[in-house]
Amino acid sequence: MTSTERTDVLVVGSGFGGAIAAYHLAAGGARVVVLERGPWLTGNDFDHDFKLGSSYTRAFDFTVGDGMSVLGGNCVGGGSVVYFAAMPRAPRFVFERHGSIGRRMWPSAVSRDTLEPWYDRVEEAIPVTKQEWSDVSYAGGLWAAACDHAGRTANPLPSAIDNSKCANCNWMMAGCRFDAKRSLLFNYLPGALAHGAEVRPLHEVQHISRTDDGDYRVHYNVVDDEDYRIQAGSGTIDAKIIILAAGAGATPVILQRSEATLGTMPNAVGRYFSGNGERLNTAVLNEDKVREVLGLSRGDGLAYEANQIGKGPTVASWDRLDGSLPEYSRFSLEQLYFPPGLGTILAQVPGATGPSWFGVDKKELLKRWRSWLIIFQMTEDDNEGVFGPPPATGNADRISQQMLGVGRLRYNPTANTLRGWAEADAEVKDILERDGLAEVAAWTNDVVGAYTVHPLASCRVGDDPDTSALDDRNELRGHPGIFVTDGSAVPGALTVNPAMTIAALAERAIPGIVHAAQQRGVNVTYGAPSPDGATSGRQGAARLVPTLLHR
Amino acid sequence: MTPRIRDEDQVRTMTLEAFADTIVPGEKRSPDDRAVAGAAPGGGAVAAGALELLEWDATGLSSGLGEFARLLNGHAQVYAAEHELAPDESVPPFVALPFEHRTALVQRLTTPGHPEKEFWVSLALFSNMAFDSAAHLHTADALAAGHPGLIAMGIELPDPDGLWRFPAYSYGRQLARLHPDTTPSGSPA
Ligand SMILES: Cc1cc2nc3c(=O)[nH]c(=O)nc-3n(C[C@H](O)[C@H](O)[C@H](O)COP(=O)(O)OP(=O)(O)OC[C@H]3O[C@@H](n4cnc5c(N)ncnc54)[C@H](O)[C@@H]3O)c2cc1C
Repeated sequence: MTSTERTDVLVVGSGFGGAIAAYHLAAGGARVVVLERGPWLTGNDFDHDFKLGSSYTRAFDFTVGDGMSVLGGNCVGGGSVVYFAAMPRAPRFVFERHGSIGRRMWPSAVSRDTLEPWYDRVEEAIPVTKQEWSDVSYAGGLWAAACDHAGRTANPLPSAIDNSKCANCNWMMAGCRFDAKRSLLFNYLPGALAHGAEVRPLHEVQHISRTDDGDYRVHYNVVDDEDYRIQAGSGTIDAKIIILAAGAGATPVILQRSEATLGTMPNAVGRYFSGNGERLNTAVLNEDKVREVLGLSRGDGLAYEANQIGKGPTVASWDRLDGSLPEYSRFSLEQLYFPPGLGTILAQVPGATGPSWFGVDKKELLKRWRSWLIIFQMTEDDNEGVFGPPPATGNADRISQQMLGVGRLRYNPTANTLRGWAEADAEVKDILERDGLAEVAAWTNDVVGAYTVHPLASCRVGDDPDTSALDDRNELRGHPGIFVTDGSAVPGALTVNPAMTIAALAERAIPGIVHAAQQRGVNVTYGAPSPDGATSGRQGAARLVPTLLHR
Repeated sequence: MTPRIRDEDQVRTMTLEAFADTIVPGEKRSPDDRAVAGAAPGGGAVAAGALELLEWDATGLSSGLGEFARLLNGHAQVYAAEHELAPDESVPPFVALPFEHRTALVQRLTTPGHPEKEFWVSLALFSNMAFDSAAHLHTADALAAGHPGLIAMGIELPDPDGLWRFPAYSYGRQLARLHPDTTPSGSPA
């Protein structure tokens, strides 16, 4: 005899979209199971080590596509464990963007103003704090000084880091050993567990089907905890409500694979993918000029040579986040750190005459690594990413035991996207090459295509059924009871780091999900406080809740 | 007289070494080193352990390495014929190419549109990783042992417990004007 496992709410993925939903549904009284394909790592599991098999590869996912590679988290807590914790809100104009569809991309119900209370909830829950200049790393300070020298402004980034614990080790991408990063492992996820939610690591969801009584059945494989290429079993769980939050590189793939059992998917599933217009530049600083032109000194005889030191991005220049500029000309320029391996191979030799990303000159560039400054551009792309037919399992054919796989995303940048990148490149050059401060080159797109750590929009909200897979409450069109709350729901590039907006949109989706669960007979209510019990965020959003219940 | 190539293993190793050396070039290990071209001072990808990394099955490339070497030598033969380079039967065809021709061939194989680009790029990625992150070794051990890549890049040593901490990390002062449209919580308006 086989017994079928049942729950009220099944959440796929434990990053921002998954953890926020799991917390609120569990706190409201629903039975919640979270399936997460990656391992469950905490504190001492986070290594300072580039060796394959350390947390740097265990918790990380790198999916190579055709024209676009996607980097993301692969662990309980998802991207929040490996991310850089820069948490700005998206500028007002972003919500008015038209992008490639000739009309507003965001649902009419969502604007910066209507999202503000949900941002506040996230800020309280995580918490996100404003940073002072004393929190800014050498690299961030250098970027600020260069911006200032070029007549630009620069801002310390709001962040989800507890600076009192931070060692500025720059190992954030391997998970934070010092518990300084306020990942979801410290707020929404423990909140969900305290209310009885179950989180199952190493469970990779493959597809969804229907049960005879009208519920959904989720089909998963169990993944080996060291070699992710090996499957260690499989199973199913039935649920009344499904919340997909596998990330914008994986959620649409699960839905595409489910088309055979669930029926036709909305046209926009697996289309309109955005890489958040992301692009990187590497500058190699002239240390003498840093001292002479910018007047910077570390006090130990060095002017800079501090690429290795810090906590990811700490300062951004927002001069081009100007809503009066034409679309595709607006972007932010953010100082960043990317560790060796991923952060070095794509860097090109400035002014290369021979090969730009390997060879003799590249080796010389690597020798000056301490004087590197990486600038991260977030521009407006054209939502041109499209997913091809899904691979056999997961969202990629895995190559390495961990981290590296080949997926089905195709991304062929349009003239608009290319123009935005070119303008951003020119701006970085103008700022950093002034007075011989540095030499700058963009990372190559010829090796693994463009690349993003900010996948978005592959299953997005909107008002127009042809160009959005979800209605304005994050429910999948034509498949009631399936909701998407991760980055794939965000309609397009944000020109800033996206996690704050992903999380706010997830918070906003919760009242509607609770309502749908109630309608299916689940005993659940909406209105949990912040995971630590704080209530001002809840109060601030209360007036908006009724507007999210109707359909 | 040059010694005859003994077996397939040796062909494969020399060919892959020559490829890795094209990605991050280094100095010859001995005067008669043929795989490493000696195009740059200091250790390159080979001295950094590229072969150890590639041969480790965790990369997912190890089972295909023989095929990579065979394909690469095939491409090298075609390339040498195109450029009318004098054959040297004592070493595998890719190893026989002078450094600038190895470089040109690798450029060709990794250029967008080449049907095998994906393979050559992954081989290049891991060759590079041997040098700049020593992904086959614990990082602290690699540094302690003087790993040529990590040392060349100037990576700092960790604390005695193997963890990195930088107590001095900031210039500690305001270095630019803030954007006028910044909200009280520090976001763009
Ligand atoms: C190196 C790096 C740095 C970043 N820095 C920042 C930053 O500073 N600020 C910022 O705003 N953003 C940053 N981001 C981006 C941010 O992490 C993501 O935007 C965010 O995590 C996306 O949230 P999500 O809910 O869409 O999905 P994720 O957080 O990616 O969570 C998805 C989860 O689903 C799991 N999953 C995938 N497929 C399946 C499946 N089939 N079954 C079960 N589980 C599955 C994944 O393992 C993952 O844990 C960074 C990202 C990276 C990679």
